[in-house]
Amino acid sequence: MSNITGGQISANLAENFQEIFKGMTKTEAIVEANRCLYCYDAPCITACPTGIQIPKFIKKIASGNLKGSAKAILESNPIGASCARVCPTEELCEGACVLNNVSKPIAIGNLQRYATDWAMKQKEQLFEAGTQNGKKVAIIGSGPAGLSAARELSRLGYKVTIFEAEKEAGGLGRYGIVSFRLPKEVVEWEVQQIEQMGVEIKTNTRVGVDISAQQLIDQYDRVVLAIGMGKVPNLGIEGEQFNGVYDAIEFIKSTKTSPLTESVVGKKVAVIGAGNTAIDAATTALRLGASNVQILYRRTRNEMTAYQFEYDFAKQDGVEFRWLTAPTRIVGNANGEVVGLECIKMELGEAGLDGRQKPVPVDGSEFIIDLDIVIKAIGQSRYTELIEAFELNHTRGVVEVDKETLKTSQEKVYACGDVIFGYGQGDAMVVSAAEQGKEVAKAIHQSFKLISAS
Amino acid sequence: MADLSINLAGIKSPNPFWLASAPPTNSGYQVQRAFEAGWGGAVWKTLGDPILNVSSRFAAVNFNGQRVAGFNNIELITDRPLEINLKEIYETKKRFPNHAIIASLMVEPKQEKWHEIVKRVEDIGVDGLELNFGCPHGMAERGMGSASGQVPELVEKQTYWVKEAAKTPVIVKLTPNITDITATAEAAVRGGADAISMINTINSLAGVDLDTWNTIPHVAGKGAHGGYCGPAVKPIALNMVGECARNPHINVPISGIGGISNWKDAAEFLLMGATGVQICTAAMHHGFSIVEDMIDGLSNYLDEKGIASVMDLVGKSVPKYSDWGDLDLNYKIVARINNDVCINCNKCHISCEDTSHQCIDMLVDDNGKPFLKVREEDCVGCNLCSIVCPVDGAIDMVEVKQPLPSMTWNQRQATIQKFLVDRVAK
Ligand SMILES: Cc1cc2nc3c(=O)[nH]c(=O)nc-3n(C[C@H](O)[C@H](O)[C@H](O)COP(=O)(O)OP(=O)(O)OC[C@H]3O[C@@H](n4cnc5c(N)ncnc54)[C@H](O)[C@@H]3O)c2cc1C
Ligand SMILES: Cc1cc2nc3c(=O)[nH]c(=O)nc-3n(C[C@H](O)[C@H](O)[C@H](O)COP(=O)(O)O)c2cc1C
Ligand code: SF4
Repeated sequence: MSNITGGQISANLAENFQEIFKGMTKTEAIVEANRCLYCYDAPCITACPTGIQIPKFIKKIASGNLKGSAKAILESNPIGASCARVCPTEELCEGACVLNNVSKPIAIGNLQRYATDWAMKQKEQLFEAGTQNGKKVAIIGSGPAGLSAARELSRLGYKVTIFEAEKEAGGLGRYGIVSFRLPKEVVEWEVQQIEQMGVEIKTNTRVGVDISAQQLIDQYDRVVLAIGMGKVPNLGIEGEQFNGVYDAIEFIKSTKTSPLTESVVGKKVAVIGAGNTAIDAATTALRLGASNVQILYRRTRNEMTAYQFEYDFAKQDGVEFRWLTAPTRIVGNANGEVVGLECIKMELGEAGLDGRQKPVPVDGSEFIIDLDIVIKAIGQSRYTELIEAFELNHTRGVVEVDKETLKTSQEKVYACGDVIFGYGQGDAMVVSAAEQGKEVAKAIHQSFKLISAS
Repeated sequence: MADLSINLAGIKSPNPFWLASAPPTNSGYQVQRAFEAGWGGAVWKTLGDPILNVSSRFAAVNFNGQRVAGFNNIELITDRPLEINLKEIYETKKRFPNHAIIASLMVEPKQEKWHEIVKRVEDIGVDGLELNFGCPHGMAERGMGSASGQVPELVEKQTYWVKEAAKTPVIVKLTPNITDITATAEAAVRGGADAISMINTINSLAGVDLDTWNTIPHVAGKGAHGGYCGPAVKPIALNMVGECARNPHINVPISGIGGISNWKDAAEFLLMGATGVQICTAAMHHGFSIVEDMIDGLSNYLDEKGIASVMDLVGKSVPKYSDWGDLDLNYKIVARINNDVCINCNKCHISCEDTSHQCIDMLVDDNGKPFLKVREEDCVGCNLCSIVCPVDGAIDMVEVKQPLPSMTWNQRQATIQKFLVDRVAK
């Protein structure tokens, strides 16, 4: 990740959406792989949520056994090619590298990418389905969590069917994370690897609309809920109906699904929020040719949830940050188009329940920014309706699960990924979703073993 | 998946990777851990009459920031009582009946001494014996190890004595501290060896401390020569294996040892005629788990090449290894620089200019951009530039077809000889 530097924006929009980091050369990879100490009981393994045997895969790069290396990665993490690109490695594996205290940490993410890129080029199927055990599992959602669960269940001999609402499988990796960090081809390959094992993916099929929750419960031995989160919610201010107000994820999705257009060229853009989605939306706007992009956040840099590398990247791309600024009203013209945004200055008050200082408005500090586009990036809503159709216990859309087994309040239903993120349960990361998918597969398998043992 | 199992002179093991006789095979605890990690066999730390070891035993040579390019030791054979070793060998063999356990032996060059130890270790059940005629320090001063391993007659005689008593296959481990290793290898074969292994360590001094002027390592301020092994010795070992493999008088299997760190090194030894390999330093540097990639990497390599059994790899490069006099004098390669890939470090230019044949020119193109070009007519195809080049693919060594047919030095001499003889005859 640390290899991505922003700021090279071209007038040719297509170029801006090419993957920025081209990957290591063979020489770089060999030199870096040989720098790895091959620690015993290495801390990087523990720091990886999926527990990839990192020294082992790196040693295999050094020895020229690239197939073995890719297999070692994907064995632990079915989404290992995506993770090589989007994991906040400095907070995970690389952050734990013992060389942090001696020289500089091993570029684990980039080496992981080197090995998985090799596997992608080979097109060989790396994992086989287990002998069918006669049990059927339905997985709802083909994001990292669903795909990972599917691969592991398939290896254990389950007949797996994934139901996916969108036209293409892959979840936010396919639609949400910007192309210049994660091209869709990478996700397509990961999906293919899993399909080749005999997993059926029914796309364009929204559970709750095209097929009911009850039907799945009736027709399958187990159901895995891996639906992630929904749209960005409304800001709750005046003017959200104007033309030029976008949902950040929809905004990014358009760049990964349809040809790039000139509609943002020369426009002035504000993004509301300060998580990774806000950053991705802001850099996307700049790369679509916006003349100015500002991120507005009601707290300060210290409270923003975006990763450091994302923040650095946005600064390099030329995104402006306005801290302690909250929108109060979107201003439109007679044609129903956005022309400005009224904001108010904030200051940090007392700490709230989450320990973070609460922002409070400064009376009389309102001001208006001239704008053409407002992008909302204040988190994601929850698919509460579907969760309730399964009659699952939840807290405002965050599905409650047993911490060990990821089983929901319903006997046959398990949940993993962003759908259980929140209120102290995990992180909204591709890698945690992948790990939870593996855990669900293990727990489902265990549940059948327990039955047959009793 | 390819079959990795080997059969070396009747000794079978699930894969070609054995631990060499050294600290990693000192005890039952260690060898059992090694087998759990995947090693196919182990040559037990050399057994013999009890010895005393010194403290401060190892030293390593680091090269430009890479640790353990070479490894040096002044350790002797096992310092544990024979009974304990035999008990642990027995227990280990019982737990791992399909793994190869070979007892390495070293005693005084006396017939009854050899008969006695052979009987004792075979009684507890080993898959084979390895005679340590190689240890270059300490034991040699007492007439054992390389002291007897450097004298072909002693190698032959002792091998013969062992064969008189042995029921299991006998491997003779040779010392590289000799001008021509095929002399002692042939002696071993004459003595009846079922296989030979090489190399043991090479006489060495790892270094001198510039502040204390002590040797590295030193024992209370004094040093003695040690034995060198690890990655640095691989080319020496590989040549010795190749020389023995292509020698028609040495028609027994070879166990290859010396600087093997990964599956690629191992595959090279197999191609050069070894039926299996033994490893010490790499395991000492990284632990037993390194064998996992050795097995995985070799297996993937064989699958990729469509080779069903690792035994099919053995010796495939031996016919390609011959004498200088058999090399084609009319074969020509030249260096070609790929300017798109070249990063203009100019290392090829200066290496050729100062130390080879002055044929890489530093030029400037029409846009004022510097570039390097080989004058192919002056290039002798020595490879130096491509060796010092830091970038893959920047310099290719390409064959230039010659109008003359193939002609070796030996053919050329024979032709000249014939011409002279004919002329005299006329
Ligand atoms: C803009 C953006 C940038 C991000 N950047 C990073 C990053 O750099 N690094 C990182 O680790 N994480 C990042 N994340 C977070 C990461 O994408 C998520 O944590 C991860 O994708 C969660 O995986 P999931 O499988 O739980 O859900 P998702 O990826 O959201 O997949 C859920 C799937 O379920 C489908 N679905 C939903 N409802 C139904 C239904 N009723 N029927 C059928 N299918 C349904 C959806 O269409 C979707 O395909 C980012 C997220 C966003 C939005
Ligand atoms: C510390 C040390 C002790 C050794 N002891 C023995 C020994 O007792 N008997 C023996 O035959 N070889 C002994 N050797 C030599 C090894 O078995 C092996 O031949 C040599 O190290 C070359 O292999 P390598 O490059 O993989 O280390 C020893 C080597 C080392 C480093
Ligand atoms: S490795 Fe270190 S701790 Fe172990 S015996 Fe040697 S000097 Fe002592």
